[in-house]
Amino acid sequence: MSSFRRREAVEGYLYLLPWIVGFAAFVAGPILASLYLSFNKYNVILAPEFVGAKNYVDALTRDDLFIPSIVRTFYYVVLVVPVGLALSLWAAMLLNRRLLFTTLWRTFFFLPTLTPIVAAAVLWKWMLNPDVGLVNYLLAQVGVKGPGWLSSTDWAVPSLALIGLWVTVGGSRMIIFLAGLQDVPTELLEAAEIDGAGRWARFTSVTLPLVTPTVFFNLVLGIIFSLRTFEVAFIATQGGPARATWFISLHIYQNAFVSFDMGYASALAWLFFLILFAFTFLQFRMSRRWVYYAGERAR
Amino acid sequence: MSTTLVRPIAATGARADRRLGQVALYALLAVLSLVSMFPFVWTFLSSGKEVSELYQIPPSLWPANPRFVENYREVWTRVPFGQWLWNTFLVTVLSLVGSVLSASVVAYSFARFRYPGRDLFFMVTLGTLMLPVEVTLIPQYLLFKQLGWLDTFLPLIVPFWLGGGAFNIFLMRQFFMSIPYDLDEAARIDGASSWRVFWQILLPLCKPAVATMATLGFISHWNSFLAPLIFINSESKYLVAVGLRYFSSGVTQGQAAARPQDHLLMGAALMVALPCLVLFFLAQRYFVQGIVMSGIKG
Repeated sequence: MSSFRRREAVEGYLYLLPWIVGFAAFVAGPILASLYLSFNKYNVILAPEFVGAKNYVDALTRDDLFIPSIVRTFYYVVLVVPVGLALSLWAAMLLNRRLLFTTLWRTFFFLPTLTPIVAAAVLWKWMLNPDVGLVNYLLAQVGVKGPGWLSSTDWAVPSLALIGLWVTVGGSRMIIFLAGLQDVPTELLEAAEIDGAGRWARFTSVTLPLVTPTVFFNLVLGIIFSLRTFEVAFIATQGGPARATWFISLHIYQNAFVSFDMGYASALAWLFFLILFAFTFLQFRMSRRWVYYAGERAR
Repeated sequence: MSTTLVRPIAATGARADRRLGQVALYALLAVLSLVSMFPFVWTFLSSGKEVSELYQIPPSLWPANPRFVENYREVWTRVPFGQWLWNTFLVTVLSLVGSVLSASVVAYSFARFRYPGRDLFFMVTLGTLMLPVEVTLIPQYLLFKQLGWLDTFLPLIVPFWLGGGAFNIFLMRQFFMSIPYDLDEAARIDGASSWRVFWQILLPLCKPAVATMATLGFISHWNSFLAPLIFINSESKYLVAVGLRYFSSGVTQGQAAARPQDHLLMGAALMVALPCLVLFFLAQRYFVQGIVMSGIKG
């Protein structure tokens, strides 16, 4: 290593130092402990008892709920992430224009994030009520018979996805896109317009490439957060009807804090972690092909 | 508007089209805003109802018998709400400053320096977001117990000064990486230290990102629930999000039937949300306050 590169490495580690200290002091220990517990029988009161890989084997071969819960969670992700990303970016571009009362519109769009979840759950349950709900009432006006929404096994996950979209589209994702859009120079857009590029062409060949770093951020975290989705399912459906919304997070919660089988819950969490980590790693690999960093350096 | 004045060539037809487009645009914004704000407004109206009115189907919009003053007064007298708000404010500000500074520095390292293990460290950072908290909670509790930090604000503040959270680190990394490296190089050739490049060039260029991170960070610290629930015992040290449980306790979570204090819960939850709303409103001008980047990008 040249002395120049060595100096760069030293400085790099120096700036990383707070993270290293924090990780070693507060994060690594609990993570390793949970890994250890996943090979134990542990009910929080009695001392852990080593059982080898039993928890893992049980999860993969004897637990009827585990694998379906993962599949179901991925189904939710597929419903919620691509549409959510597109809508958030669209909303951010809408609110990045010079408008009257821009501040006010943005605040309105952001309100679902600040709405107390209990209140939102109550209201959504009413709106999606098959018989007296607002949504089916509106559908009936145009001659469509609405589904059973949260009370139907087929529609429960899409219903939660609908609620999830309502909460997140105008939330932090939109705000992050808005920040990303500030990196798109108006001169470049104007130049493209003068060259005869239409609205769509300006979007796909100027705006979109320049915001790929924020798109990538929102994609990766959107997948992680929606795979961990818990609150809405817990409050609105409690995993039902007939386990139709029994997501992996509910399954882990159930084992950890209802049946107090902490060792088993840890094994579930680690299996879930492995899937998620592999998935995220893959996304980083693929990102080299489509994410454009103006400040990327040759390796 | 001034653009229409300096463009007298524009045909009247095109101008009419434009006006129609504007009307459609504002109509769209109004409809979307209505959809977004309705539950929030409903929550406010509900906070002035009697509890029996809360869950009637279909829900009422206006309280039949408004008792806003009584309900809000009850929230403030039944629990030490002011004390909890102050605790939350203290913890939020102290942890937020730490996480913004710390995450920016760490992200600078990930975005601008080359060293062995960097990508591994970065994946580990993201990995900390992926392991469900349910299984690290108890070990974490034991750790803070060992340190003698239980029932203090330290577990809620100190870790944020050391790393600042994977979300923030990743966010700032993305923004730093969108700034051309030529800028750093030019400054370094002029003799600037790496710290100066960070503090005087990159960070100011990322103002919208920093404002975004700070605002979202405030909201998430302000509403943090799980950690304060586990690490704080004394009622006088509660944070508001935990304190809200006072109004929903006693009955199983998630039941749709009216619970005796839900009208108070809604009022209290709204008061908790209010500072975030005000902050979001005020922070806006910083979200889009980019330095003019023309000629730097692309």
